[in-house]
Amino acid sequence: MKHAVVVGLALAVGPGGEVAAQANLNGAGATFPNPIYQKWFDSYAKKTGVKINYQSIGSGGGIRQFTQGTVDFGATDGPMTDEQIAAVKGNVAHLPTVLGAVVLTYNLPALGATKLKLDGTAIADIFLGKITKWNDQRIAALNPGVKLPATDLLVVHRSDGSGTTYVFVDYLAKVSPEWRTKVGVSTAVKWPTGLGGKGNEGVTQQIKQLEGTIGYVELVYAEANKLRYASVKNAAGKLVDPTLASVTAAASSAKLPKTTDFRVSITNAPGENSYPIASFTWLLVKVDNPDAGKAKQIRDFLVWMVDAEAQKIADDLGYAPLPADVASLVKDRLKVLKAAGKAV
Amino acid sequence: MNRLGWRRWKSRVMVGLMMVAVVVAVAPLVMILATLVARGAGSLNLAFFTQIPVPAGETGGGVAHAIVGTLLIVGTAALLGLPIGIGAGIYCAEYPTARLAVVARFVADVMNGTPSIVVGVFAWTLIVDVQKHFSGLAGSAALAMLMVPMVLRTTEEMVRLVPHSLREAALALGYPRWRTSLSVVVRTCLPGIVTGSLLAIARIAGETAPLLFTALGSQFMSRDLDQPMAALPLTVFTYATGPYDDWHRIAWATALVLILVVLVLSLLARLATRQRFGSRG
Amino acid sequence: MPGEVPLRGRNLGDLAFKTLLTIAAIAIPALLAFLVWELYLGSKLAIERYGLGFISGTNWDPVAEEFGALPLIFGTLTSAAIALVIAVPLSLGVAIYLTEFAPKWIRQPIAFVIELLAAIPSVVYGLWGIFVLIPLLRTAVFPFLRDTLGFLPLFQGPIYGNSMLAAGIILAIMVMPYIMSVSREVLLAVPTSQREAALGLGATRWEAAWTAVVPYARSGILGAIILGLGRALGETMAVTMLIGNRHEIAASLFAPGYTMAAVIANEFTEAATDIHFSALTYVAFTLFFVTVLVNAAARLLIWRVSRGRPSGGQGV
Repeated sequence: MKHAVVVGLALAVGPGGEVAAQANLNGAGATFPNPIYQKWFDSYAKKTGVKINYQSIGSGGGIRQFTQGTVDFGATDGPMTDEQIAAVKGNVAHLPTVLGAVVLTYNLPALGATKLKLDGTAIADIFLGKITKWNDQRIAALNPGVKLPATDLLVVHRSDGSGTTYVFVDYLAKVSPEWRTKVGVSTAVKWPTGLGGKGNEGVTQQIKQLEGTIGYVELVYAEANKLRYASVKNAAGKLVDPTLASVTAAASSAKLPKTTDFRVSITNAPGENSYPIASFTWLLVKVDNPDAGKAKQIRDFLVWMVDAEAQKIADDLGYAPLPADVASLVKDRLKVLKAAGKAV
Repeated sequence: MNRLGWRRWKSRVMVGLMMVAVVVAVAPLVMILATLVARGAGSLNLAFFTQIPVPAGETGGGVAHAIVGTLLIVGTAALLGLPIGIGAGIYCAEYPTARLAVVARFVADVMNGTPSIVVGVFAWTLIVDVQKHFSGLAGSAALAMLMVPMVLRTTEEMVRLVPHSLREAALALGYPRWRTSLSVVVRTCLPGIVTGSLLAIARIAGETAPLLFTALGSQFMSRDLDQPMAALPLTVFTYATGPYDDWHRIAWATALVLILVVLVLSLLARLATRQRFGSRG
Repeated sequence: MPGEVPLRGRNLGDLAFKTLLTIAAIAIPALLAFLVWELYLGSKLAIERYGLGFISGTNWDPVAEEFGALPLIFGTLTSAAIALVIAVPLSLGVAIYLTEFAPKWIRQPIAFVIELLAAIPSVVYGLWGIFVLIPLLRTAVFPFLRDTLGFLPLFQGPIYGNSMLAAGIILAIMVMPYIMSVSREVLLAVPTSQREAALGLGATRWEAAWTAVVPYARSGILGAIILGLGRALGETMAVTMLIGNRHEIAASLFAPGYTMAAVIANEFTEAATDIHFSALTYVAFTLFFVTVLVNAAARLLIWRVSRGRPSGGQGV
């Protein structure tokens, strides 16, 4: 047995002892932007030689590891609370990187190619367990001329704590007072009804396999898997499809002040073209990093990231890029980053 | 039917039932391997074993970094965990009534039921939080802790099965106790200990949860145990939870590779055992 | 040669040997004590807030910060019990067949193939479970059970696929190789004289196996089952993916449930508040105590079984 282990170790370490290519920076956190981060860090390494290792361990994990100082930067889909910011003595900057959207996906073959239309109240009632049949009046009223079956409506939600859940319930709390008081907003909530699936796959598989189900997943995920998803009525009363454009529109309508800390919710955003269930995703960096070398590497990367070149890559991968005004605000904010008290 | 006839008939029925059990037991493996091969084999090529991953949207690349990472992390875990597990197992078998043996045995059973993510968090507080950075070594420590109780239990059971007469014969020949233990008792039941160790290594090689907060993972080739490191199960996890079909394909292929790595390790170990200990089994 | 070893050196050798073994044996409770201490520190906040009511509470609401673990404890014990009910007869059947009946050439390959099952990572079981097992259960097995055994409350209610029973079945597949391979090693070690004696007394081959060989290996087999039970109680990823993750105690095995390990896997990485994090650690702490209790019960059982019967089995 030991032989095998030793052989394995010898094989792994290999002859010659060449210098292992190590990461210069380590980061961890949110899973939803993981693909675009991997792509960015790869492109950036090819361009500058600076290697950034990013691992998707979850938003909560990102905040926790950032707070404990075990990573050089964190990433999250839900902003840190005031309490959490106090725990790091305010030494954190939230920098938006791209935008995400949550879509309602369903399995209803009777509908054929017709797209389901929903509004905030109907979505809240579905997830509160108050709508239990597909031909319920509240759904039928939004879908005139569509023949809805009289079958059971089955809710599927995420069982794991998730930034996707956070964005979704944040929206529900804004459109439904009942949701706000009964359930509330968090990365994990006490679901009034339905079945829990682990991760986007868990939810997707459950919906694919079981007729009559409805659930929520990330837009990138729905697009990549060609899932059917619903149009949603926004705050302006318009039915909007989730697209990169309608998500960016939601972010543009947020009208951030110059002093913003970027911890803003853009769910149920105003504006005719805004998709209502959208959100920023953030990188967490130290405002004042005692390690001057790392401070500079992080700052340089962030400058590149909000530039047109990197944001264009986001677009290619199905992520909504930051609106130009937000990008320039972020760029402006990078000037306050310090290294051991001095400017980077 | 007379009594003897009934007994023979019953014997045959039981044997038949046991053969059914074999089929039922082997079926899931066949189905799982078939799924893995069907979904993963198509992506296996030389590049898959020799290159590191490319980001989403590009094709090609491989999981060489994760293969190396898994070998290093699991190898180190085995070096840490096997001596403790086997040593403690022999202790429990050699001094079965000692208070320490009773405690160690019981504690091992309790540890066996601990979810691996909890052990991961423990390793995080012990190593990562103290060092302030993630490392492959922290992953090894978590995995070692998971394998110790498994190795202990199997070692103890195997050592205890060695007939007393064998031990007494060796002692009567003037062998000191430690030599009796090592070259007679342990040697006799070595295949059993190897099986137990193998099962333990096989189990930890596939663990994802304890590595999440310890080895963390990396998209680069890293051979430094003091740095974040990739591992096959982490790669399966990351790619399986990503949005792209191409990533899912890599996840299945990586899972296939993971099983192949374990298979090769098991075969190597088995061959080594067979050479020295001949005809057993 | 043994005779040439001077007595003093011999004692030194024994002393060194025992010391090394003792260090290894002490390391195990020491590690556990450390782990329990860390768990206690992590769950202190939740312990202070909820006390023992945590164990009997059925509510799990991260927003209102109310946490109760009873449905989780119920799910953990139920899924493990289902797993053992399925896996124990199967793996014992295989182990007995392979040591006593199978043609020689087939023994090693089959044992190896089944041991391979142990090498499959939990997350792969989970993926396979979602893609292959669940559709099979939902369309064929569960409807069949409902039609034939539907008079029992256990097999009533709507069929979603993801359920307590699905989790129990995947757990059975996962613990089977452990029980099988350890039982097999134990049975292999039973002296041939046991078999020969029974056969010589006129026993059939099955009777020889069941009344002379199996009882001889009894405590080892029970050890194997405990090993399997331990794994079933703590198994995380695959269960999480198949059990449906609902905080509810349902009579039907078709209904979704939850386990302690699954809730940790689901919420640990995203727990936003300190009390949520602490409650999850408290769940881990509780899981510990459940394993201690179950193990203590299992130990008591072994003790009674191995004392309760004469060591030669029931006789032929």
